[in-house]
Amino acid sequence: MKTVVRLRVNGDEVEVWVPVHKTLLEVLREDLQLTGTKHGCELGECGTCTVLLDGQPVLSCLVLPIEVQGQEIVTIEGVAAGSELHALQAAFAELGAAQCGYCTPGMILTALALLRTNPAPTRQEVKEALAGNLCRCTGYLKILDAVARAAASLKDGSSYGG
Amino acid sequence: MLRLPPFTYLQPRTLGEAVRLLAEQPPGEAMAVAGGTDLYPNMKRRQFEPKYLVGLRRLPELRFLHGDARQGLTIGAGMTLTEVSTHPQVRQGYPALATAAGLVSTPQLRNMGTIGGNLCLDTRCNYYNQTYWWRQAIGFCLKKDGDTCWVAPGSRRCWAVASSDTAPVLLALQAQVTLLGPQGERTLPLAALYRDDGIAYLNKGHAEILTRITVPPAEGLRMAYVKLRRRGAFDFPVLGVAVALRLADDGTCTEARLALGAVASAPLLATEAAALLQGNRLTPEVIEAAAAAAFRPARPLDNTDLTLAYRKKMVRVHVARTLYQLAGLAAPAAL
Repeated sequence: MKTVVRLRVNGDEVEVWVPVHKTLLEVLREDLQLTGTKHGCELGECGTCTVLLDGQPVLSCLVLPIEVQGQEIVTIEGVAAGSELHALQAAFAELGAAQCGYCTPGMILTALALLRTNPAPTRQEVKEALAGNLCRCTGYLKILDAVARAAASLKDGSSYGG
Repeated sequence: MLRLPPFTYLQPRTLGEAVRLLAEQPPGEAMAVAGGTDLYPNMKRRQFEPKYLVGLRRLPELRFLHGDARQGLTIGAGMTLTEVSTHPQVRQGYPALATAAGLVSTPQLRNMGTIGGNLCLDTRCNYYNQTYWWRQAIGFCLKKDGDTCWVAPGSRRCWAVASSDTAPVLLALQAQVTLLGPQGERTLPLAALYRDDGIAYLNKGHAEILTRITVPPAEGLRMAYVKLRRRGAFDFPVLGVAVALRLADDGTCTEARLALGAVASAPLLATEAAALLQGNRLTPEVIEAAAAAAFRPARPLDNTDLTLAYRKKMVRVHVARTLYQLAGLAAPAAL
């Protein structure tokens, strides 16, 4: 069964004609060419396909587009302002928090949702917030450091925070 | 990629319409879906291939939570696990429920998955939660597409494991659940929703929808939920221990309920252990006796993470630790 689905992705209204059983992950990557959202386990275990849905991190491999019409979807492509990187992106780059980079979009989006509700998280709070995002390179320490650095630079106003 | 099998997606506007849509199809052809965090992975692995999905996600009738420890709680089945675990009245009055809901899976999945879905969670097994190709390679299993239980090959029943975190807590709190079906609404104790059978694990018709959970007042109750799993970050429980008890001023236990998760195909009430606590002060001797009694009916099989002997042993250890904690006593170092 194909259907028309109207989505709001990174502030744009888009309309796609897709089989209803295609997941949001598949539609983002294959129909909207937003390949920044990665596919990992596709079973809800790894967190690499994380997107924000009305500001909350969810797994796009387990969401049907038809279920989220009218809700605000943010992917990694919607995080920077043009060429200006978000504080999290800058901190991940500066600290080498991305190794192979596969988990990075999911990590950044999950951390973004955390910093919006909790601008000065403790290390434990960052760990708990990122508990659903696996890094296959196991580079967790740099990732935790990068989130802390981004939180600090957002606090002192030295970088872009969306 | 692991893709979903094709289906038609139906979006009812009311619960009544949702029940009608489910009832119009033969069992198995239409399934209800809320958060999708349990059903969609199973569909991707072809454990389920329904022709129709009936979406409950946006039904406002399932999205409420009211009450407090004094009056009792009523929770709409469509509340997400994040919403339940962070709700001030749950955290204050029902801390064990907040803990259990907050320990399910990962933050992302708790933002999606619902409390109703967690209570109806499909039973799990190492031989079942695998891709179609993996299962095909072993000739499938009793729970789906095959005729042998690989955990207990001589067995005529399926031993897949009840893996909900919230069910043991809600059992210990004597919660009731309300189901809406073609015949109308019925309310039953949560314990009556479950059957100790890995395949037919719910006493629920295919067109019945779990709509709400009613939890009795809990003022003065001491409660805890302890979850054993391999990773602290996320995993299904290999053991869940839920305890609710009331202590009189002199320390006598006047009310006690213990429930265990992940030790059978249904969450189990450890009634014998509870009886040993009732009417007694929680001395180390009483606690050890209750833990030993809870240990006996737990019969984990070799079908989840961690070894069977360890899991069985941990029932005694974690029940004892939880009781020491609720009694305000330091657990012995050896425990």
